[in-house]
Amino acid sequence: MDSVSLVAMASIIGAGLAMGIGSIGPGLGMGQAIAQALAAIAQQPDERNSLTRTLFVGLAMIESIAIYCFVISMILIFANPFWGHVIKGIVK
Amino acid sequence: MEVVSLNQISPDQVIIWSWSFIILNVTILYTWLVMAILVVGSWLVTRHLSSEMHVSRWQHFLEVIISIIRGEISEMTKKGADHYIPLVGTLFLFICVSNVLVIVPGFVAPTSSMTTTAALATCVFIAVPYYGISRNGVFHYVKEYFQPTFIFFPFHVMGELSRTLALTVRLFGNIMSHEKVIGILLAVTPFLFPVVMQILGLLIGVIQAYIFAILSMVYIASALSAEDEGHTEVKKEGSPA
Repeated sequence: MDSVSLVAMASIIGAGLAMGIGSIGPGLGMGQAIAQALAAIAQQPDERNSLTRTLFVGLAMIESIAIYCFVISMILIFANPFWGHVIKGIVK
Repeated sequence: MEVVSLNQISPDQVIIWSWSFIILNVTILYTWLVMAILVVGSWLVTRHLSSEMHVSRWQHFLEVIISIIRGEISEMTKKGADHYIPLVGTLFLFICVSNVLVIVPGFVAPTSSMTTTAALATCVFIAVPYYGISRNGVFHYVKEYFQPTFIFFPFHVMGELSRTLALTVRLFGNIMSHEKVIGILLAVTPFLFPVVMQILGLLIGVIQAYIFAILSMVYIASALSAEDEGHTEVKKEGSPA
């Protein structure tokens, strides 16, 4: 197998793995956070505003981990830094 | 009508017009369009402000928006919101309008380009020390970096930089990913399903605008001194409720 198709295969598989494995943790974490927030709102409906705001801020923090994975997989597919290297080697 | 094709990651790559070193790409065009909509719209509405019984419906609309933003901010800072409303409210309105206008065919959200979101996050990055210093002075602001001991200085700096990066990537990733998902779904299941995703995208766009504004407010509030808050709390406990 030549190196171009090897790089392409590795980056596509890597992108899929990064997205798939990387979203497990944030998914669990966001589910936990929402469950706790719902329980808290059910106990104290008067505090709903501040609870919702804190929930959103927390969700944004958790979600950013999954978004990092997503950006990594986008970089692997669209702007792979190894492509240039490999293609330069072929042209030489 | 597809302006940004599926294999382009950012609307920066679509160039409409260029002359020597001046390049007009889609991001700049739609950023200025959103700015024009906001400025001209609010100028048209605030031209005839009235405080009588009969208020025009557009003035009602703007008053509702402003009072909601002001209420959210003053709930967070526990003080007046007037210092922060120009920055945080503008960030919210700009991001919200540019995310919601995606339903117009041919419109590309400027927030789906990383340059726009990086610029917005840089505004927050600069605004945090600005508000901190203008509230407490340089000495108090710099002292916060060396809490609890001087060893923590690099961690504070790192935190400041990484949260700016997180702000950038969060907004960019959310909006761009939805554009890509809708593009892929259009190719796979053309008729009904992309519409559902588009509605979800509108919801996510508004939530992301809210999150961006709230997070920048949190960062600004964290730069305001803890000492100051302690005083007000003592005063609040002492005063009759």
